[in-house]
Amino acid sequence: MTRRVAITGVGLVTPLGLDAEATWHGLLEGRSGVGAISQFDAAGCQTRIAAEVKGFEPSRYLSAADVRATDRFQQLALAAAQMALRDAGLPARFEGELAERSGCYLGTGIGGLTTLQRAFESVAKKGPRHGSSAYFLPAIIANLGSGRVSMAHQLKGPSLTHSTACASGAHAVGEAMRVIQHHGAEVMLAGGSEACINQLCVAGFNALQALSLRNDAPERASRPFDAGRDGFVLGEGAGLLVLEELEHARRRGARVYAELTGYALTSDAHHPTAPSLDGPVRCMALALRDARRSPADIGYVNAHGTSTRFNDLNETQAIKQVFGAHAPRLAISSIKSALGHSLGASGGVELALSALALARGVLPPTLNLEQPDPQCDLDYLPGRPREQAVGALLKNSFRLRRGQRLAGDGAGVTVTAARHFTRCPSFPRRQAVCRLNQRWGKR
Amino acid sequence: MNTDIAQRVKRILAEQLNVAPEALRDDATFDDYQADSLTRIELMLRLEEEFQLEIPRDDATRLEDVKGAIAFIEARAVAARP
Repeated sequence: MTRRVAITGVGLVTPLGLDAEATWHGLLEGRSGVGAISQFDAAGCQTRIAAEVKGFEPSRYLSAADVRATDRFQQLALAAAQMALRDAGLPARFEGELAERSGCYLGTGIGGLTTLQRAFESVAKKGPRHGSSAYFLPAIIANLGSGRVSMAHQLKGPSLTHSTACASGAHAVGEAMRVIQHHGAEVMLAGGSEACINQLCVAGFNALQALSLRNDAPERASRPFDAGRDGFVLGEGAGLLVLEELEHARRRGARVYAELTGYALTSDAHHPTAPSLDGPVRCMALALRDARRSPADIGYVNAHGTSTRFNDLNETQAIKQVFGAHAPRLAISSIKSALGHSLGASGGVELALSALALARGVLPPTLNLEQPDPQCDLDYLPGRPREQAVGALLKNSFRLRRGQRLAGDGAGVTVTAARHFTRCPSFPRRQAVCRLNQRWGKR
Repeated sequence: MNTDIAQRVKRILAEQLNVAPEALRDDATFDDYQADSLTRIELMLRLEEEFQLEIPRDDATRLEDVKGAIAFIEARAVAARP
């Protein structure tokens, strides 16, 4: 029998804050996490802006030895994992049978690219004998994100890394959901982490003509569904969720943010440059079917919404095909308007925030949507959050639906989550709404 | 004892073992600072870099403490220099 899966904890490190609450409030206040690049000298790059995580001190979460031996993408994942477990009321170190029945699936699109660039520079300068380090390979390999999290918390069940570019984090959550559904684990930490704001990555995405060039107005650069959008803004961060078998969560009296109800993944298998609607349409429809929901049951779509010309147009068209007459009634928004695009982390980060939105009855806005693209004509919650209770939401995440001129073979993952009505020890909706009214005035 | 070499060795060991250089005791073993196998390898790599020498793997695995590391490098580094 397929078991039910609850989201009982979230942990976030994002350009808007070093934890979930700071991120959530920044999002509702309409703040942007985008600014001038500070992590390297970007003077020679076409794009000189990014959404950086600011003020992150890895030594707050890791021992000095571990700080030295890890890349930033692993450090962000470890911090988010710690916070997610604490949020779920679970121990920092698992023991006994629960340790063996718990695991970690982490998505990362790129892995330790910043460490790789530094190591290459060091070997080029000092030669292979004296320029390399024992920490180099363990820090760059993508799978030591989930591996490190498993070690830190003694999770002795499944540990896998999903590297599917921009869909990595969402794939990790969906696959972790399957593990619990099919009796492979009771608790899974799942989500994504990415930290590749470095010269190589910016140069590479610039070569793909994928990044916004709005260097003079960083906070306005990420503008999904707006007519003036000119590419995505590179972001970084980590978002992990605690997924838990529903009865397990109930037995220990855990707060349930939402229930994960459906998951689907598809590929276009179409053409290297011509976009296709087939993949995303089937993906959303299959996720709804997996969740046993009809389109009309969905109140909110958390979009992939990258702020590239093709993604936002294709995603809009795909939503229209799947939802038909219900599409104009959907609330849709893109968190990337505030946090930029953290590639493999984005699915985890945005799902965690979507779970909060569902539990708190407040939907985050799409920033910078001032002049909507005429072909993007749905309700994207421009500028302001909306106080709206929805019963179920759908989260999209696509990969390689890219660039200004490039679009094409995409693989999508769609996850649905439903509001869960259980005893909620610290249901913070009233507080969230109160802050919202303070900020925006009662509407 | 060559104090210059000893100071340089201790500076590197302290950095890799995550202790302040003045807190690093001469009689301490690497185990005292919870150095795992990765840290021990990194220690040797950084000593090799600092003194521009190659530490054979067998010698490296026998080095267990601060005193031993200083003595080992002193012997090598002095011999290697004109």
